[in-house]
Amino acid sequence: MPSFALRVNGTEKTADVAADTPLLWVLRDTLELTGTKFGCGAGFCGACSVHVNGALTRSCTMPVSQAAGKNITTIEGLGANGLHPIQRAWIAEDVPQCGYCQSGQIMAAAALLTRTPHPTDAQITEYMSANICRCGTYDRIRRAIHRAAVPGGAK
Amino acid sequence: MTSLSRRAFLKNSTAVGTGLVIGLYLPVRGQAEAETAFAPNAYLTIARDGKITIVVARSEMGQGVRTSLPMILAEELEADWKQIEIVQAGASTLFGDQTTGGSASVRTTWEPMRKAGAQAREMLISAAAQVWKVPRDSCIARNSFVVHSASDRKISYGQLTNLAATLPVPDNPPLKTSGYKIVGKPMPRLDTPSKVNGSAVYGIDFRVPGMKYAALARCEVIGGQVADFDATAVKQMPGVSFVDKISDSAIAVVADSTWNAIKARRALKVTWDEGPNKGLNSKAISDSLHNADESKAVKFFAVGGVSKAEGRKIEAIYELPFMAHAPMEPGNCTAHFRGTECEIWAPTQVPQDCRDTIAPLIGLKPEQVKVNVTLIGGGFGRRLEHDYAVEAALLSKAINAPVKITWTREDDMRCSTYRPVSLHKLNATLDNSGWPTSFTHRIIGPSINGQKGSQAVNGVDADFPDECSFIYPIPNVALEHVMTETPVPLGWMRSVYALQMAFASESFIDELASAAGKDPLEYRLHLLAKDADIKYFDATWHTSRLRGVLQLAADKAEWKKPLPPGRHRGVACFGCFSSYAAGVVEVSLEKEGLHVHRVVAAIDCGRVVNPNILAQQIHGGVIFALTNALRAQITIEKGRVVQGNFDAYQPIRMNEAPMVEAHFVDSVEPPSGAGEPCIPPIAPALCNASYAATKQRTRTLPIFGTDSDV
Repeated sequence: MPSFALRVNGTEKTADVAADTPLLWVLRDTLELTGTKFGCGAGFCGACSVHVNGALTRSCTMPVSQAAGKNITTIEGLGANGLHPIQRAWIAEDVPQCGYCQSGQIMAAAALLTRTPHPTDAQITEYMSANICRCGTYDRIRRAIHRAAVPGGAK
Repeated sequence: MTSLSRRAFLKNSTAVGTGLVIGLYLPVRGQAEAETAFAPNAYLTIARDGKITIVVARSEMGQGVRTSLPMILAEELEADWKQIEIVQAGASTLFGDQTTGGSASVRTTWEPMRKAGAQAREMLISAAAQVWKVPRDSCIARNSFVVHSASDRKISYGQLTNLAATLPVPDNPPLKTSGYKIVGKPMPRLDTPSKVNGSAVYGIDFRVPGMKYAALARCEVIGGQVADFDATAVKQMPGVSFVDKISDSAIAVVADSTWNAIKARRALKVTWDEGPNKGLNSKAISDSLHNADESKAVKFFAVGGVSKAEGRKIEAIYELPFMAHAPMEPGNCTAHFRGTECEIWAPTQVPQDCRDTIAPLIGLKPEQVKVNVTLIGGGFGRRLEHDYAVEAALLSKAINAPVKITWTREDDMRCSTYRPVSLHKLNATLDNSGWPTSFTHRIIGPSINGQKGSQAVNGVDADFPDECSFIYPIPNVALEHVMTETPVPLGWMRSVYALQMAFASESFIDELASAAGKDPLEYRLHLLAKDADIKYFDATWHTSRLRGVLQLAADKAEWKKPLPPGRHRGVACFGCFSSYAAGVVEVSLEKEGLHVHRVVAAIDCGRVVNPNILAQQIHGGVIFALTNALRAQITIEKGRVVQGNFDAYQPIRMNEAPMVEAHFVDSVEPPSGAGEPCIPPIAPALCNASYAATKQRTRTLPIFGTDSDV
């Protein structure tokens, strides 16, 4: 069994798994970081979104062999000290319903704000339409992103 | 829930809720606990440090019960909301029927939760009065203290627990009728922080030490079974420890990780006996509705006599497809069989049904099966089934180890239960002024409860009374059902029959308004103008409440204000789950088709417990309804569900989500259903808007037609 070294949320980790194992299952089953969710297994829904070397990535379709040696950030490590501003905005807007897709939504929103600190409605729509929320929280997701984007971020 | 309809359990839980539950003590409250905690009933414990623990006996699937139900109890308790913690009840015998469905959680727990809080409050006041030796009516409860204003003294609930625990539990404590401090306030959800930092544990996240992981191969042909399989090669794959049949139609592959199980299952060679449905397809299913024997029609609601009505005759036929719940969390369950007991961790809406179904299948008694309820990543009715839990329990027994089964998205979409197809034949007669003198709605389609073996009520599916209303007081009305059969597994999907009922009825009312040359809103308001009570099974619908919510939606949407060029509106209203709802949908026609810009949705669901959560339910309900109307369609070819993932079955995303405005009627009526009633008006309002734009009626859903070849 090959061994893969990953830097997850700032900590060195090792996974002894088959090379084709999706990063998602390494995070969830091997490293017990279950905040990253399995939704479709095919890159359609975004529930499994994480950051790999800062880039928004579908962990369900990235084999661990490609993630090896890279910096991986999951929902558990998004806020280096406490909560990330986007998470605080999410709480302020009380966004989640069932909540299952929300880790992926938050990881996407954080990536959007890194790229585009003050996105317009159109930019939010374009970026966030890669993710599915079956509970239909889109309106509050948009509000939370705007809230986090104002100078000083979320209160 | 094989033998009990949604309707039946709702009635049961109401009856139990008002009687048996109160006064029961927590079952395992030992002496040590009793010395440190006050637990006057099964719902509530107050610790000496003041911590208040409230038991939530419904499943949290996004609808907010872990916040709204404790609010009801905390209100009567006069509790400090910051001291509240919740405990999720698993399958129990203390709380009546715990099924979470039928938009019933608030309406069936409103009374018992209030009484549970009021009992404790009264006992705490009595305890304080004893401590101070003052008349009990000179004391009041406030914010987790009992206060004696005359002497300016107060004492915390925590300090009163020992004494309060020795006092008799009052059977009928007084309940508030005004002065609400928690109920009615937009309290933030208690579960939000855990859903934002990744710590929330859903069924799929649960783990037991030493647990194995499993994926199951099931026949994708409906009703198909395992004929033969060869596990030799698969058993050599990394981490695989078990490959065998666990039922006639499923083979389990057990491994040391989810991925190894899924991979091995994909490699498994199975020969299926495809059974009698291998030739089934959507066209044949539709034909079976069109060719149904309508002489078997059962009239389940009648006013006057439609056959005698005279006037200008209008007719239309509507049709809806199968739809899938497709919750974001695929099916899963963890089970640990330990010989004389079995523990289950399930994202389920029916913990008691899971317990009672599983027990005999693994040779245990129900009391030997402990079902824990996890957070649910979207229910929408899918978890009213127990299939995932049965699989996990059978497998854990077979391998004698704890195991988690995980369904893939394709499993979840292809081996599910589906909203039933239906065909709707409507006709009406209009008088010289264009007002209907008769209205007939004949529903032709399979019955969910019928397929599951539940008894029909008054000749129709037991869900009809909650979901198939007709509230316009027209002189001659007939609602009829022609029950057909299908081998396609059927399930209750959010708003259930109300969706198809409202789509047909409210589209047709629009057609009548057009035929009469009248504004569709004015037409409805005219029909509802007089206050009338519509007796319907054992319920009564009020035209005044439907009119009120319709007017609210129309006012907020500024119905009378002209729209910019290219924009068009439609309206619809409907009553179900004891509530009333209306929607106004604004659309334009773009190159790529219909575009929805704005939805104004209004609901009258009685007293609002938490407007923050109700707004979520309305927003989410509208989005769910738009997916149903625009695109949701499950088709069958060669006996199989065609759609397997979110490329072919596409919930709407942010780019298609309109601006949604949620409004509610300010009401002091008892709370009624909230999660589902906002859905039914949306599809007809959308199609009526589409008609305004195109002058073409949409009588078949979904609007964007088939995606089956994607």
